[in-house]
Amino acid sequence: MSFQKKDLISIKDLSASDINYFVETAKEFKKIFLKDIKKVPTLRGKTVVNIFYEPSTRTRSSFEIAQKRLSADSLSISISQSSVAKGESLKDTVLNLDAMKPDAFIIRHSESGAAHFISKLTKASVINAGDGINEHPTQCLIDIMTVAEEKKDLSSLKVAIIGDICHSRVARSDIYGFSKLGADIYLYAPHSLLPRLTEHKNKKIVIAKSIEEAVKDADVVIMLRIQKERASYYFIPSIEEYRNFFKLTPELLSLADKKVMVLHPGPVNRDVEISGSIINDNRTHIFKQVENGVAVRMACLYILMGYQKIHG
Amino acid sequence: MDKILIKNGVVVDPLTKTEIKRNIYIENGIIKDEPSRKLKDPAGGVKIVPADNLIVFPGLIDMHVHLREPGYEYKETIKSGMEAAIAGGFTSICCMPNTNPVNDSKEITRFLIDKAKTLDLINLFPIGAISKGLKGGSLADIGELKESGAVALSDDGNPVEDSAFMGRALLYADTFNLPVISHSEDIKLRGKGVINEGVMSERLGVIGIPSAAEDIGTARDIMLAGYYGVKIHIAHVSTIGSADIIRRAKKAGIKVTCETCPHYFSLSEASLLDYNTNAKMNPPLRAERDRKAIVEAIKDGTIDVIATDHAPHSRDEKEDTLDAAPFGIIGLQTSLPLILRLFYDKKISLMRIAGLMSLNPANILNLDRRGSLKNGYIADITLVDINKEWQFTESGIKSISKNSPFIGEKFKGKASAVIVGGKLLTEN
Repeated sequence: MSFQKKDLISIKDLSASDINYFVETAKEFKKIFLKDIKKVPTLRGKTVVNIFYEPSTRTRSSFEIAQKRLSADSLSISISQSSVAKGESLKDTVLNLDAMKPDAFIIRHSESGAAHFISKLTKASVINAGDGINEHPTQCLIDIMTVAEEKKDLSSLKVAIIGDICHSRVARSDIYGFSKLGADIYLYAPHSLLPRLTEHKNKKIVIAKSIEEAVKDADVVIMLRIQKERASYYFIPSIEEYRNFFKLTPELLSLADKKVMVLHPGPVNRDVEISGSIINDNRTHIFKQVENGVAVRMACLYILMGYQKIHG
Repeated sequence: MDKILIKNGVVVDPLTKTEIKRNIYIENGIIKDEPSRKLKDPAGGVKIVPADNLIVFPGLIDMHVHLREPGYEYKETIKSGMEAAIAGGFTSICCMPNTNPVNDSKEITRFLIDKAKTLDLINLFPIGAISKGLKGGSLADIGELKESGAVALSDDGNPVEDSAFMGRALLYADTFNLPVISHSEDIKLRGKGVINEGVMSERLGVIGIPSAAEDIGTARDIMLAGYYGVKIHIAHVSTIGSADIIRRAKKAGIKVTCETCPHYFSLSEASLLDYNTNAKMNPPLRAERDRKAIVEAIKDGTIDVIATDHAPHSRDEKEDTLDAAPFGIIGLQTSLPLILRLFYDKKISLMRIAGLMSLNPANILNLDRRGSLKNGYIADITLVDINKEWQFTESGIKSISKNSPFIGEKFKGKASAVIVGGKLLTEN
């Protein structure tokens, strides 16, 4: 098994077997975490550049730890102290960094399509660490891995995705990813925050009429963060109202399958989109997601560097 | 057990499309099968309401009323508004949120519902605001409004200017299956206009309101509803253009419904002669060709509902220049007699009136078991003496405010009583 692409930009580019390959590879890397010395020499001599144009705690530290555990040389560009602050364009920033011959770029950007754009500028591999509202493919792989660790057959699952779907790159990647594996997807949100789904007509993707319909008998419930700014742009009336009508509560969760898994990509607004008590519940796998994040990012780097070895 | 038998009326039911002389039997506020003669105990306490020569309609619903409570009780209270509604034959009224404070919260919605319960007259269904304070800046807590009893949303009087706001409001309201009633108007184009722009505004030398202001607003709101695939209800349609846009939108499958008001099919801008502030409302009385187009739109089914836009203003407020006097007229007591004129002119049937004034508003507002006289429905009933000739006088006005352009008009047909949830009420 190998992967025939230079970059990881979008889950749309992956087949079901590609997804499984990434997840299986990540499971292997995860075994390293149990060892005393959590480091392998796999990417010794490789240079990875992390460019984060948006604030990030989890994703950025997860990528950095993954690079360290693979023995890659990595550096992280902090945008506030870089030439970007002096007005340098994305293109010039990347071309200059590229002249130093890194092997991979990790990019997080507030603009959709940013990762795709820079992948055309460089021969190095590019991993999309989140682009605007478009995609967050490594988060999707994390979610699939986390579910696959507990559930045997992903094609028989009901996956509910609830919250600000319209603005969520995680939701967009998860919808593609889980439906490629054959799961039934139920979406629920205030209708002002639903995506306009046209591409998915052949797949089993349902806009639920109520949060109860979405959660009922669900095997996986993925909750999304609601940003306070959504009220200023009239997508919702207020955070208070969102809490009253769109929060996942223990009562609602009792409608789900007994073995339901609750996921959240973080950061969490406790008691806004999800009851605080659920976060501490053993059905909730938020920290498992974070743990798996490192393994998935190790797998992504390993697989793309493998491609570079053959084609680069 | 309360038992009522309405005897020998001509029962017009728009749901079953039947118009037949028959009895209606009510038990505990619900319409039921009349018990067989054998079971009938003469002392069983069945109250007989004779309805010979009367038309029996499902209770009339006015989905567009401005009660001025809380905040402007000198114009109208919930009680005085309801008394006018009873005299006009209504069993249910829906009150717009432009009170003080604005009804954009569960507190005001509950206040209205509780007050109506205490008064124990007719049904009051509150309409909540789309935007907080009717300011168009942020959405009202719409889920909360629905939960506390609001049946619809509207920023009536303050058209939503921002198209992004309107689109998201329609979508968000759709989450709760709450209808949005749109006062569709381009307010910048209305500007400082006070009456319809045309012959009369020129003659009186006042600033006019172009009919295009309404047409543009209507077109925009329908386009948004069509694009997002959600429902919209257009309030007080008054122009040829609006009626046309709605007619075409319905043909195209857009989920649009609309209402007009009795004054738009009864009067034209000619009523403004003498600077008559009691003929000033928004949308304004239009040209005669618009009036005729509205009659046509009622005939051909483009218009779904007759609502009054009952808007009381005090004598002091209306006794002013056309520029300064506020927009709005009262209408609860003249709505049914004005629509009956269309019946007598052979433009529409009694069945159609029952649809326009009862079944259609009940459906649009999702009012459970109202709008029909079928068994199992709530016993909201309007009894109408369609032959009664009478004159509308100022002393006969039940509203606190008297701002009507119809004072002195002679009518044929009047509600003689209403039954609300099985309780008989007559004008006193």
